[in-house]
Amino acid sequence: MQDFNRYIPHTEEEIHKMLDAIGIRKLEDLFQTIPREVRLSKALNLPEPLPEPELFHHFQRLQTPVMSSFLGAGAYHHFIPAIVSSLVSRSEFYTAYTPYQPEISQGTLQAIFEYQTLMCQLTGMEVSNASLYDGASSLAEAVMMANRVTRRKKVLLSQTLHPEYRRVIQTYIDPDQQEIILIPYEKGGGRTDEKMLFDLLNEEVSAVVIQSPNFFGVIEDLRPIGEKIHHLGGLMIVGFSEPIAYGMLHPPGATGADIVAGEGQSLGIPLSYGGPYLGIFTTQERFVRNMPGRLVGETIDLDGKRGFVLTLATREQHIRRERATSNICTNEGLCALMATVYLSCLGKEGLRELAMMNLSRAEYTKKIISLIHGCKVNFTGPTFNEFVLKIEKDPKKVLEKLKKEKIIGGFPLVKFYPELDHHLLVTVTEMNKREEIDRWANALERALKG
Amino acid sequence: MKFPEELLYTESHEWVKNEGGEVIIGLTDYAQHQLKDIVYVEIPEVGLKFRKGESIGVVESVKTVADIYSPVSGKIKEGNITLKDHPQFVNEDPYGKGWLVKMEIQDKEELEGLLSARDYQGLLPKE
Amino acid sequence: MAKIKDTGLIQDEPLIFEQGGKGRKGYSLPRWDVEVAEAQSLIPTQLLREELIGFPQLSEVDVVRHFTRLSQWNYGVDSGLYPLGSCTMKYNPKVNEEIVKMSGFSNIHPYTPEDLSQGILKLMHELQSFLAEITGMDEVSLQPAAGAHGELAGMMMVRACLEARGERRKKVLVPDTAHGTNCSTSTIASYQMVEIKSNEKGVIPSEKVAELMDDEVAAIMVTNPNTLGLFEENLGKIAEVVHRKGGFVYCDGANLNALMGILKLGDLGVDVVHINLHKTFSTPHGGGGPGAGPVAVKNELAPYLPIPVIEKDGEIYRLNDDRPYSIGKMRAFYGNFGVLVKAYAYILSMGAEGLKRVSEMAVLNANYLMKKLKGHYHLPYDRPCMHECVFTDRFQEKYHVSTLDIAKRLIDYGFHPPTIYFPLVVKGALMMEPTETESKESIDRFIETMVQIAEEAKEHPDLLRQAPQRAKVRRLDEVLAARKPKLRWTGNQ
Repeated sequence: MQDFNRYIPHTEEEIHKMLDAIGIRKLEDLFQTIPREVRLSKALNLPEPLPEPELFHHFQRLQTPVMSSFLGAGAYHHFIPAIVSSLVSRSEFYTAYTPYQPEISQGTLQAIFEYQTLMCQLTGMEVSNASLYDGASSLAEAVMMANRVTRRKKVLLSQTLHPEYRRVIQTYIDPDQQEIILIPYEKGGGRTDEKMLFDLLNEEVSAVVIQSPNFFGVIEDLRPIGEKIHHLGGLMIVGFSEPIAYGMLHPPGATGADIVAGEGQSLGIPLSYGGPYLGIFTTQERFVRNMPGRLVGETIDLDGKRGFVLTLATREQHIRRERATSNICTNEGLCALMATVYLSCLGKEGLRELAMMNLSRAEYTKKIISLIHGCKVNFTGPTFNEFVLKIEKDPKKVLEKLKKEKIIGGFPLVKFYPELDHHLLVTVTEMNKREEIDRWANALERALKG
Repeated sequence: MKFPEELLYTESHEWVKNEGGEVIIGLTDYAQHQLKDIVYVEIPEVGLKFRKGESIGVVESVKTVADIYSPVSGKIKEGNITLKDHPQFVNEDPYGKGWLVKMEIQDKEELEGLLSARDYQGLLPKE
Repeated sequence: MAKIKDTGLIQDEPLIFEQGGKGRKGYSLPRWDVEVAEAQSLIPTQLLREELIGFPQLSEVDVVRHFTRLSQWNYGVDSGLYPLGSCTMKYNPKVNEEIVKMSGFSNIHPYTPEDLSQGILKLMHELQSFLAEITGMDEVSLQPAAGAHGELAGMMMVRACLEARGERRKKVLVPDTAHGTNCSTSTIASYQMVEIKSNEKGVIPSEKVAELMDDEVAAIMVTNPNTLGLFEENLGKIAEVVHRKGGFVYCDGANLNALMGILKLGDLGVDVVHINLHKTFSTPHGGGGPGAGPVAVKNELAPYLPIPVIEKDGEIYRLNDDRPYSIGKMRAFYGNFGVLVKAYAYILSMGAEGLKRVSEMAVLNANYLMKKLKGHYHLPYDRPCMHECVFTDRFQEKYHVSTLDIAKRLIDYGFHPPTIYFPLVVKGALMMEPTETESKESIDRFIETMVQIAEEAKEHPDLLRQAPQRAKVRRLDEVLAARKPKLRWTGNQ
């Protein structure tokens, strides 16, 4: 008996009955419309099937050892309450499709409506879609939307925007039709260089894209930028990679953002080597018909009872086809559900306290660093839970030494910023206990000495 | 379905009312029937210029989108802003409260190319 | 029929914002072991927020009850037959869900040094080669997050390759049976879409392609088997025509479930294909996502794959960013890794013989269903189908019953409806894809129900028009939802 049969219920007898009913003799006849000469004559070259116990064993060997880590840079290690996994593992949620039949999808639909509301509250905006792929592609969609709304083609990207997000925006934009200009950062503060930005702003600019907290962890001052770009008829797009920060920071909506797009992984979604994550996308009501992605709306049924449906679908590819606002179909629904459960659980006070704890641990870390020779905090701007550390020794060697002590000490910025060749991005969340921070600091001190 | 005699029609289901130098444009009773419940109407800004046959806006029902094509060349003088809150006017009163735009017409001769009520009805599929 | 009142299991549940109360707590944070930072002295006050207005305050029990109740209003593959055509709603193996939760996958940061993540990279590298083998292509990128994302990557590669040849072509041919994503993808990739009419057999005639194909056409986008569930039998010839004029053949691999181990798309002249891991390779749909849409290409397009590509260098696996012709990145990091793990586990569980069996049983189920329903429902293309079949409501029209009514009545009988009103070329389409994981009994029960609904349409059409009666809600007012969009909770007005 072949092991794979556990997923395929047919018995030989049933197969014969079904073939008889169809009026053919053998399975091969099912494929009579495929020209014989292209049909395969030999089996695919794949490994022998693994029974379930062996399968487990196989994967155990592929796992990566979990170490003490000070990595962030767009993906954050936060505590995920047990109820998130427990509720999201209900198969009525995860084995359902997109809620095209609302009467038997009210669970998914109500949860998305709640998600949309939470995202509006978190970012201070008026409408949220049901999610996009990730923070980077969400920002790329935001840029395309801004170009549609303003009918302009020039976009200014801050150099402090996550370099991978910048790269994705560049991929989405057709360089023959649209233009991207990079705004440098201030060497001292680590913020977007406002003066340079203002010099480059004019009435041809469709949008300015700024991330806050930015890739260096520095909190940007968005309001003056928003005012200036609005004056010139363009839009401000605010990106983010660490939404926990909004537990204490001013929401972008209150600073004049027209579109807020970023990464929601921090909200209860595992690191999972980079995906699946959650593309958050919120905007103002006046732009709703230009928005990409699905939307859930409230309505009533024939008896007047409250219910939820997918709505304003005429923007989408299955109806508007070649003129849709985006080609997205499958989104990150289950990750949006994770974020909804996570935020329901943390609630108003919890998210705030969590944000405070992240800030406090990062500040504690900065403080003990000031006692170590050979390194210093590189930028003066205020930060949330990550910051740039400048070290005198070669960061590669230092990181290697820390790795020997089972610590991943930070992210070497030279990968994206050649000029920051002695710089590490260090991230501290609520998962990095004080003793772990101390251990890291001691290891760093030894590495810088030795 | 009604197709008033005094109006002119297009193959793309717009009606045109000639008022001297100005025309009023709307969607025919047949078009609104086909689209069913209209939920949104997008009309162009005042002052924009269009050539005959260009798309000047869209009407949307829950699961369809249809372009509105300009029956003549000219400039938008006024749009029916009440449709923003009451798109159902296009269903309820396509030749009255459901009008779409007023246009300043560029070339009156273009009107001669439009269809009469009878010719237009002749083009519609027989139920 | 009497209206069935709410039962205990589907009672109403307010929104999370409408319950709980000040001070109620559902969270548990790590112990405070550092001094509380003074935010006001560290961050300018104008950058700080007062409070999270509207945010819920619930206990853990509140949250658990809430989402458990919501889940009970849903229907998933685990609830029963889910014959949603083109979506391949097959069973999602539980072991794969467990594997992906292993700490050595779920807690691993994407910037973990490569020497520590060799196992993960090996897994991804092997998945790339499995997918290349199954589709008959040369190289694979795992980066795209969904089918449409893979399509976009594919069309961008076509554009980049043509540009490298010094050609800027303008058009893409798309058949009238295509998924909507094909059309919008071609626009976003800066191409103008030209529609090809399928013929009376439901497939693309190669003569039509020859007529439309010129040196302005960058590619043809084909779904094979197509959305009518039919094998595009002329694809080999079409590919020749397209290649002769310097164009590319893009295949939407959404329906690969019919072809594994039966034929390789690469052998039909396909240059680039995306694969929906959440369809063919059994990863769950998650109520709308996440999926994964790897894209596989022939050698000519390989230099343009999104970066990074996972490469094997001796015994070492690495992420290669250094590919000067790459179109760039489709998203941050490397792909929906969690989804990739499940698809890889599925392929390892099935092996070559198992995957072939999948396709055979998927096609067997669809043909059996088609045969049994023929006569009760109108079958617009009466010929052997692949993994799905398309019926219409033509026989029921005279009772003033529509496809929508039939679909809603199925809900009363405990089935998820098929895909309706798609493909657009079939008026009132009911597109059914049972998938291979449904047993004969399960399909027989569905058939019996469909036949009964056809009878009801004649005798008691109101039962259909009023359906569903047994779901959480009755039919919903979609017109109201679209005319007066209410897209978030704004308080108890």
